[in-house]
Amino acid sequence: MIISVASGKGGTGKTSIATSLAVVLGSRAQLLDCDVEEPNCHILMKPLIEKSFPVGVPVPVIDKGRCTVCGRCGEVCRFSAIVPIGDVVLTFPELCHGCGGCALFCPEKAITETLRELGVVEIGTAGPVDFVHGRLRIGEAMAPPLIRAVKAKIKSEKIAIIDAPPGASCPVITAVSGADFVVMVTEPTPFGLHDLQIAVNAILGLGIPLGVVVNRSDIGDSAVQDFCQSRRIPILAEIPHSRRIAEGYSSGHLLIESEPSHRATFLKILSEIELATAGTSWRRASCASS
Amino acid sequence: MRIAVTSTGKDIDSPVDPRFGRARYILILDEKGTVSEVVDNTANVNALKGAGIQAGKLLADRKVDVLVTGHCGPNAFTVLEAAGIKVAVQQSGTVRQAVAKIMSGEAEFADKPNVEAHW
Repeated sequence: MIISVASGKGGTGKTSIATSLAVVLGSRAQLLDCDVEEPNCHILMKPLIEKSFPVGVPVPVIDKGRCTVCGRCGEVCRFSAIVPIGDVVLTFPELCHGCGGCALFCPEKAITETLRELGVVEIGTAGPVDFVHGRLRIGEAMAPPLIRAVKAKIKSEKIAIIDAPPGASCPVITAVSGADFVVMVTEPTPFGLHDLQIAVNAILGLGIPLGVVVNRSDIGDSAVQDFCQSRRIPILAEIPHSRRIAEGYSSGHLLIESEPSHRATFLKILSEIELATAGTSWRRASCASS
Repeated sequence: MRIAVTSTGKDIDSPVDPRFGRARYILILDEKGTVSEVVDNTANVNALKGAGIQAGKLLADRKVDVLVTGHCGPNAFTVLEAAGIKVAVQQSGTVRQAVAKIMSGEAEFADKPNVEAHW
């Protein structure tokens, strides 16, 4: 079982929801922070990191002695990462997606590959919860290979909770694809609604069932609730703004530690997900109306 | 001498397009200043990344000697340098005016990129 927590808008409370879901599940949970650009789960979970390993993409190295500048590598590459010009072949490692096509098709076997490091994966435990996260090298644009490396550590016997990055582009798609259910965290403001709509369309495009958690539900307006109703998207929980939660968060404490009564809220979210993934008609209904 | 000029339109009196990789058109002129080819650069305009590299490759394939444009980033410059193409940057006005400056020797050639990547 894989549950991804996503949002569209940043700062809505993805990490707060993901971490408290994992803590409620305890030893059944594995928490994977796939927001590799700015991973935050470890600040709340305080895991003990037991091992770490670097992750990179293979990029081409040209053996100038063998290369005849035939141009085949340049034809194969979609990303302009390898370009034959005159009597040389130029490489642009930061554009390379590491597909290996150039090396595979080089008739002279003049291309070998070296690893360009993107970041690291760290694995450990936070109490009873298994913990994995990725840390992207600062300034690195290519997050998806690192996200895939984090997801490769998913244990099928656990309930994997994935904390996805904000937005709706490649890193988000990589983080949520393959999930059984996506929890979208939003705030009931025009900003939350705008970005939620974009993200919902992206997730439904992947064919993954989803539900919404409205965080700080007593601020803003009711447009998010109206949107969910019109698209028949279930609202899994509404968490009102609470000074206690905000104060706890500001000193690195879990939502569920600051407000233990919300344990019931998270159990309800989990039971709704269990129900949804057991084959109700939510997804078909939301598709039909879109 | 074959001169390439980035252009916002298809004819010689169009304004120079300040962008290189994502220029709308690239006009290629012969040594007399006559347009010999109009390259529609739509594919690079819409490229996710590597537009400057592809545009540089396009000029190398067409055996261009001089490029006249507004801005040239580091990857594009690397390609142009490898192809032995001289670059006049920060050019403006119409394509006709920009070419005249090259012909008269008034324009200077760049020895490095004049903008950052993804400018």
